[in-house]
Amino acid sequence: MATAQPGLWKRHEVFEKNSIVLLIGALLVVAIGGLVEITPLFYLKSTVEKVEGVRPYTPLELAGRNIYVREGCYLCHSQMVRPMRDEVERYGHFSLAAESMYDHPFQWGSKRTGPDLARVGGKYSDQWHREHLKDPRAVVPASIMPAYAFLDRPLDADAIADDLKANRAIGVPYTDEMIAAARGDLKAQLDPDGPGAADLQRRYPGANVRDFGSDKGQAAEIDALVAYLQVLGTMVDFKIYEDRKNLR
Amino acid sequence: MTYESAAAFAQTSGLLYFVGIFAAVSLYAFWPRNRSRFDAAAHLPLIED
Amino acid sequence: MAATPTSKYMTEGEVGLGLALLVGAFLCALASARAVDAPFSVHMAVFALAAVAGIAAILKRYEGRPAEAAPQQIDGKPNYNLGPVKFTVIAAMAWGITGFLVGCTIAFQLWAPSLNLELEYTTFGRLRPLHTSAVIFAFGGNVLIGTSMYVVQRTCRARLAGDLAPWFVVLGYNLFIVIAGTGYLMGVTQSKEYAEPEWYADLWLTIVWVAYLLVFLATLWKRKEPHIFVANWFYLAFIVTIAMLHIVNNLAMPVSFLGSKSYPMFAGVQDALIQWWYGHNAVGFFLTAGFLAIMYYFVPKRAERPIYSYRLSIIHFWALIFMYIWAGPHHLHYTALPDWAQTLGMTFSIMLWMPSWGGMINGLMTLSGAWDKLRTDPVLRFMVVSLAFYGMATFEGPLMAIKAVNGLSHYTDWTIGHVHSGALGWVAYVSFGAIYCLVPWLWNRRELYSLKLVEWHFWVSTLGIVLYITSMWVAGIMQGLMWRAYNTLGFLEYSFVETVEAMQPYYLVRALGGVLFLIGALIMAYNLAMTIAGKNAVEREPEATPTAEPALVPAE
Repeated sequence: MATAQPGLWKRHEVFEKNSIVLLIGALLVVAIGGLVEITPLFYLKSTVEKVEGVRPYTPLELAGRNIYVREGCYLCHSQMVRPMRDEVERYGHFSLAAESMYDHPFQWGSKRTGPDLARVGGKYSDQWHREHLKDPRAVVPASIMPAYAFLDRPLDADAIADDLKANRAIGVPYTDEMIAAARGDLKAQLDPDGPGAADLQRRYPGANVRDFGSDKGQAAEIDALVAYLQVLGTMVDFKIYEDRKNLR
Repeated sequence: MTYESAAAFAQTSGLLYFVGIFAAVSLYAFWPRNRSRFDAAAHLPLIED
Repeated sequence: MAATPTSKYMTEGEVGLGLALLVGAFLCALASARAVDAPFSVHMAVFALAAVAGIAAILKRYEGRPAEAAPQQIDGKPNYNLGPVKFTVIAAMAWGITGFLVGCTIAFQLWAPSLNLELEYTTFGRLRPLHTSAVIFAFGGNVLIGTSMYVVQRTCRARLAGDLAPWFVVLGYNLFIVIAGTGYLMGVTQSKEYAEPEWYADLWLTIVWVAYLLVFLATLWKRKEPHIFVANWFYLAFIVTIAMLHIVNNLAMPVSFLGSKSYPMFAGVQDALIQWWYGHNAVGFFLTAGFLAIMYYFVPKRAERPIYSYRLSIIHFWALIFMYIWAGPHHLHYTALPDWAQTLGMTFSIMLWMPSWGGMINGLMTLSGAWDKLRTDPVLRFMVVSLAFYGMATFEGPLMAIKAVNGLSHYTDWTIGHVHSGALGWVAYVSFGAIYCLVPWLWNRRELYSLKLVEWHFWVSTLGIVLYITSMWVAGIMQGLMWRAYNTLGFLEYSFVETVEAMQPYYLVRALGGVLFLIGALIMAYNLAMTIAGKNAVEREPEATPTAEPALVPAE
């Protein structure tokens, strides 16, 4: 820049502005498309259906969900049943937007190398999931899923209350009580006869409280993952849900 | 905001916006005075120093 | 700036960046020591080491450099800054081969799951983001940054702006890649496809990207040519839009500022649309606009003809960036995304066909009158075939964005095939063409080491692409049809696992196609290394050439 003559420099000013004009023009053009598509989703009331039953994840389910994310399960399993005859028959009721309203991030996926998991909750036993995760081909001989035997290790969730807090900061309705009890609730969910089970059920209506096939005192990663899988798609009771009311 | 009101607004203003942008770009590209500038620019990669 | 020519001082930039790195090294070392999880600790240590290495590099460079800043011009000609460009070319080849290798690995894993090795670090779920990031952001990103720094200098006839800034951009970007890639292996991911890196890596990339934008803009401001060449329009749109997409899609709440885990700001349906608004425009602006910029410079340059229609390139530019941004919702057809958004996405995706083909036609027609060069110049052939693949992929894309087609193709391997016809055929081929052009220019070699090896690369990798995309077409459509097949009694005909079994032969063919593509890239790397070393195949073995030439003719 120092070598440019003053006259040349002056002439350059116009063109400098041109590159800024180009930049602003391009930015405006691309910003408008995104704004028009995305912002209505936050304001149109019909975007997320009004349904009963969708609640924030329990601490154990949330810890399991984080393992699901960590291991990249979404790369092969979708969580989005489309409203087509074969999908509804294969997987269950088509997915509602409301069912993932507390999912940070969403896990709809983009590929079905394996089957959809949006409604896998309750379809298989805890034991089936454990065997399947440990060695998929022991249960489904033609499966091509990796073996997740290493999930047998202890679950590191001492700071699970911080996870709830972070979720609350971005809109998930965790209460002070839920956050205060988070560590206890995580253990309580694995212990149906324990003292915390009833309180957990009150805080998280409909939560599965059982050992998820766990055979040791300490929670393992696989316990949390199974707890998450077993709640998938089970929060909304489709016996009382009316599709017609939410046609969009 | 209901879907109907949003759609009504988007459909009219969207049409105007698209046509406006397309017209502006076409005018710029085909404006006779710009021809020599574009020809010069097209040869930029071929200049050797 | 040096006060007098004789005494040597550190520039403000050297002192400033050095101090910033010093503070950064200290903070990262502290964060590493106090981290709440192991991956975060490792990554902060890597950042700290990188900062220290940066300080050392600045000092070493200061010792070796003359007192004055590098001149803007030498003998009236621009003194181009090619060091950072050279770095990106080598980095691109190294990352490219890594990415192709990981791609082959995960392709074989789908055929033989025991190749997951029962280790957490080598499962498909952790390697797949490594593959996509290595090829898109590491290989593609280095090609984009490198070519943009080259093209902007040449078409502005001005030295790249900044002294340390271009180096900060290329090294900082590659550091981001290292953090992202090692993070995936350790399970650090926010699970947003093509935006997997966690919050701290995203913040670092934001800093690097702003520096990149400033270097690019400031070079435009220095230009000696009145017009901003159209390739620079595409580069600028790519840089600005990626910045916007990156920031919005990665808004997240860290659980702890000393830990790797964060929760993305948006949830459910909003998160899905923002992710695919990002995801599709990573295709539109990273993998299309940026590589079209390469096409607009390197095809005319190699063909020695001006672009077919400069006016078309202007209309093409505005139409493309305008329409691409809307196309994202086609990734969410028939999902819980509201119908109006799906329709909007589908409509714009179909319209997008036209500007896409505008670009293809503009590139192809540049060769009108020079088609014979395709027979003699395999480098130009790489670029022209890339345009053909671009045309094919941008026809297939709108087709797959139609809801009725998408109902069949979505979630299947057809999508994977489509992506690879664009990624291997278009992005990688135009990159290969550009790199084959660049290496002799950058290292002052008259020609490549061997055009014959370029021929080999071309045919081996083309065969690989054909195997890849045809197997995935067949497999994907078969898969989609099997999922929706009913038997005469009105029941679903196939269980899911039967559809998985049916994929096996196709997965093998696909993996072999990938291996061929990898072999091609290895041939290329060898050819480039020999070129840089100053070897010349023709001079070394003069008698081998005449016999080899005729043998190649029938293959064309």
